[in-house]
Amino acid sequence: MSDAVLDKQVKKQKTRNRRVDPEIGVSLSWKTLKIQKQLVLMSVPIAIYLLIFNYVPIWGWLMAFQNYRPALSFGQQEWVGLQQFRFLFADETFLMVLRNTVAMSFINLVLGTVTAIGLALLLNEIKVKFFKRIVQSISYLPHFLSWVIAAGIVATSLSIDDGIVNIVLMKLHIIQEPIMWLSEGKYFWGIVGASNVWKEVGWGTIIYLAAITSIDPSLYEAASIDGAKRFQKMRYVTLPGIKATFVILLIMNIGHILDAGFELQYLLGNGLTVDWSQTIDIFVLKYGISMGNYSLATAAGIFKTIVSVVLVFIANYIAKRLGEERLI
Amino acid sequence: MKAVTKGSSRIEPVVFHTINTIFMLFVVAITLYPFLHTIAVSFNDGSDTLSGGIYFWPRDWTLENYRAVFISGTIYHAAFISVSRTVLSTVLGVFLTTMLAYTLAQSHFVLRKKIGMLFILTMYFNAGLIPNYFLIKELGLLHSFWVYILPSLVSAFNLIIMRTYIRGLPGSLTESAKIDGAGDFRIFWKIIFPLCTPVLATVALFIAVGSWNAWFDTFLYASSDIKLSTLQYEMMKLLGSTMSTNNDPSLLAGNQHNQAQALVTPASIRAAITIVTAVPILFVYPFLQKYFVVGLNLGSVKE
Repeated sequence: MSDAVLDKQVKKQKTRNRRVDPEIGVSLSWKTLKIQKQLVLMSVPIAIYLLIFNYVPIWGWLMAFQNYRPALSFGQQEWVGLQQFRFLFADETFLMVLRNTVAMSFINLVLGTVTAIGLALLLNEIKVKFFKRIVQSISYLPHFLSWVIAAGIVATSLSIDDGIVNIVLMKLHIIQEPIMWLSEGKYFWGIVGASNVWKEVGWGTIIYLAAITSIDPSLYEAASIDGAKRFQKMRYVTLPGIKATFVILLIMNIGHILDAGFELQYLLGNGLTVDWSQTIDIFVLKYGISMGNYSLATAAGIFKTIVSVVLVFIANYIAKRLGEERLI
Repeated sequence: MKAVTKGSSRIEPVVFHTINTIFMLFVVAITLYPFLHTIAVSFNDGSDTLSGGIYFWPRDWTLENYRAVFISGTIYHAAFISVSRTVLSTVLGVFLTTMLAYTLAQSHFVLRKKIGMLFILTMYFNAGLIPNYFLIKELGLLHSFWVYILPSLVSAFNLIIMRTYIRGLPGSLTESAKIDGAGDFRIFWKIIFPLCTPVLATVALFIAVGSWNAWFDTFLYASSDIKLSTLQYEMMKLLGSTMSTNNDPSLLAGNQHNQAQALVTPASIRAAITIVTAVPILFVYPFLQKYFVVGLNLGSVKE
């Protein structure tokens, strides 16, 4: 991305300015902190807030190595080493939950990216500005609604007696009688994927459309002179032009591969589909908060965090090797 | 041969644009239909809705569903809590995020990298649900209104957006103030903050929407306390009851203390609450639209 290059230039310039200015030292010392007193006062309290709410809870990770009982004090807890983790990976429920999480996440990632790029490419071809803006505004409207509202809408649309999905499919003679979509596990992943697309596709296109707009128009002219057709221009000019955006978003998303979403699965899942709908987050909630098995639930949470961090670093490293824009 | 290619090159764009336009209309229809349907159901007689066939337009007009929603005091209180938490989170969040972003945009600030790194890490690094729950408990925030405000005041993503924006402002704006002896806080408050309007609107929208839409914090930290219930949480409870009872109208009479018997059903009540809950967002979003596109793109630029 050109912004990054620009950023580097700005940084270089600032480094130079810094050297010119003899008043401000840049090494961390009491003296500098005193000179920059106001900046310190404006940022350190917020950093402390951050430490409390984001880093202090990491102490809680110790619970995963104990057989934690709320009634006992810290010193009295029984230490069990990696037993909780061993139990976790031997537990069929957890393995199923892991499968569901990865599957739904993967579906969301692929479907979300493909539809967002697809819609951006097609929107870009709309020449009537007004119409383009209307379509865009409407398409990202669902992004701003809560999952509670969205889940209600999904449930209504899929309902057996009056759901629009069943009605349309029956009118088109694709199915003979209404399907109970939410009562059968085999449909659940698909429903989650489709719901995500409905809610987020417009939002996803914003960034790709911006990337497409920033492609140098002379590239299209050159392609036209070479006799490229519309789809060839999409393939050889537009798609390479948005590659950097694609890679950076992919890296950002890969770290969240164990976040398949939680709300929709929790709100739409039921006893009949539990084998397909439960995700790691629901597992943690169920074992931890409802059943009071804090240690096991914490172990599952740690597993999730570690996988995320490792994946981000791997993705980042690969991007670096490929010479692409990277995140960290 | 030449004539044929010429002919097809004239027809191809027309065919493409027609198909593309139709496809876009299809996207619009799929996005909008559920809302139109929900609005229609919310204005339609509950028992009539059960017989099916409501699409875009109410068949048997009534305001009974809305009356049933507003008859119970819970909804007013829930709306009050939702509005309070949203306003407070947004005002505090925007101010603190911008202030911190200002300090992190100063390249000579010695703690810039350290504090910045602390924030970036939180994007991927999370202690998890259980340790967070214990922290909230230890801090005495269970069943407290502040549990809605404190844990999510400043987020890394909003911080990156703000910092990128502030960095892009010309340095000369602040230099003269500095020469005149203005401190950093004064520069931030008098010069930088007013210049950030577009990105402030973006971040405010993100925070406000997040806060307005949240239900999980109520569920986790304050579910036993009806006084802290929010609109979304009321929706969530209603969703649970309508999904499990499969539109059993008898349930509602007890649930909503409603004397109107079968006139309203859980489905029609839910439609009405959905509209009530969605309207504030649908109302503010057209005004802020042009800003968040800018914000989102700023957010994707690293460092």
